[in-house]
Amino acid sequence: MAGIAPNNSGVDGAAFSGLKNRLLLPSWLTIGVLLVIPVLLMLVYSFLTKEFRGGVVWEFSIAAYDQFFLDRGLFGDEPVKIEWTYINIFIRSIVQAGLATFFCLLIGFPTAYYIATRPPSTRAFWLFMVTVPYWVNLLIRTVSMKFLIRDSGPLNQWLLQLGVISEPIHLINTNVAVQLGLFYSYLPFMVLPIYAAVERFDFALVEAAHDLYADRMTTLRRVLIPAVKPGIIAGCILVFVPSLGAFLAPDLLGGAKNFMIGSLIEEQFKGSAGNWPFGAAASMILLSLVLVVLMFYARNEARSRS
Amino acid sequence: MSAAGERIKSYPGFGLLAATCLVLLYAPLLVVMVYSFNDSPSITRWGGFSLTWYVDVFTGVEAGKFKVAAWNSITIALMATVASTLIATSAAIGMTRSGQWRGKSASFALINLPIMVPEIVTAVATLIFFSAIGFKTGYLSILLAHIVFCIPFAYLPIAARLQGVSSSYEEAAIDLYASRWQAFRFVLLPILLPGIISGALLAFIVSLDDFLITNFVKGAGVETLPTAIFGAVKQGIKPNIMAISTLMLLVSILFVTVSWWIGRIGEKADAPVSE
Repeated sequence: MAGIAPNNSGVDGAAFSGLKNRLLLPSWLTIGVLLVIPVLLMLVYSFLTKEFRGGVVWEFSIAAYDQFFLDRGLFGDEPVKIEWTYINIFIRSIVQAGLATFFCLLIGFPTAYYIATRPPSTRAFWLFMVTVPYWVNLLIRTVSMKFLIRDSGPLNQWLLQLGVISEPIHLINTNVAVQLGLFYSYLPFMVLPIYAAVERFDFALVEAAHDLYADRMTTLRRVLIPAVKPGIIAGCILVFVPSLGAFLAPDLLGGAKNFMIGSLIEEQFKGSAGNWPFGAAASMILLSLVLVVLMFYARNEARSRS
Repeated sequence: MSAAGERIKSYPGFGLLAATCLVLLYAPLLVVMVYSFNDSPSITRWGGFSLTWYVDVFTGVEAGKFKVAAWNSITIALMATVASTLIATSAAIGMTRSGQWRGKSASFALINLPIMVPEIVTAVATLIFFSAIGFKTGYLSILLAHIVFCIPFAYLPIAARLQGVSSSYEEAAIDLYASRWQAFRFVLLPILLPGIISGALLAFIVSLDDFLITNFVKGAGVETLPTAIFGAVKQGIKPNIMAISTLMLLVSILFVTVSWWIGRIGEKADAPVSE
């Protein structure tokens, strides 16, 4: 990528390079002990036997994964079938996260492009306006959305008064509401990386394309989008990954019928289900999905750099 | 760029979409802000302007609960910020001032692991860890969990700042017989300060913001503001929640403004640039 050349020139960093290990040790220790070990322990827990009302018995068992993927009937004596309940929750989460990513890109890309092509004075204002929601508490933003779209909420009241609708639109506790919540939660995550990429883009290339008789759409497709692709991919990952494991939007806007992975896992630890190994197994499956996405991203990055 | 160049740069409809984006981002927040000043105890009907619900937040039935929760949130956020910023500053110097070595990208991945792992997975893993080692969940477990996920948020702005600053400054200091500590304290730290402040502000707001991980590791009886608000919202959205939300919204806006302003100062004072 242009402009990001490492500034190491052989002797660079001589002042502190001898201290490297000591400087890095606190971060390695903190994250190693409080995150890496816990994730490994979670893997172990997913293979243990559940204890009722939370916790585990230290006995090896694959019951959690069995329960996730296979249906053996109520008493475990029927022919084994594939259990679709949990797989469907995962599929629904992937679809919802994918749609949220698509909609965020649809509105986020033009917004980022528009901001990046403003003169510096107004650009700062636009950027500020997009950054503020990014810093506002996610819970408060989700609650605000819930308040706005309730059956008797302000949105329905205005639409009724304006005569656009004759009956309140029922949004709350539907998949549409969850989608709206995810889109709204993570929209700034899409705008900011694309903005950063467009801002670095050399617009002389657009002029060159124009001089070579490319129309605007061709320029957009063949010149601009390939050049800012790393920003677009970063934005998509920043929306997709948190959407996939989201808890607040599905819980507050979706209700009990529109479960996503996050709610399924939460229920095993905080809710009535109380099945720790199953929750750990579902978390492991979610983590594997995310790792696949991140590895795809890392490979893409490595390829675009070489 | 020429006028023709300006014309081919713009796409029809992009401005409209950008405006739509802002409306979508702000409409729910503005509605809650407006309704927090509603005089009526019903959240649906507008009963005139009043500050009733703000008074209620500080003196009402639930005031005690929210006060304790706010105190927990702020003290945890402050301590997590200090700890994570110290760890992140040290890590950022270690990473950017050490040239190339084996395992460097692994170290980078480890430091950024907390933002790559989905929050719910971190929450589950941390709860399991504390339960397995018999650590009592409560205030301290929340603090430890917060320090971990604040590290990458503090790290990224500091490392970005360091990458933009040539190491010749601290090398010059060493050449002039400064100790390493003096080179850090009097040369590197002043240059780094805007990055450290942005990192610390980000860590603070991220800690204050967290619901999911806190909810898992808080144990019984200890609440932070987000978990207390979540608990209240589960019973239905009441006007006092809107007043609290508006207050927290203002705190966030204040933080962005401060961080923005410091960034500006940092840019202006940018004498040192990498060669």
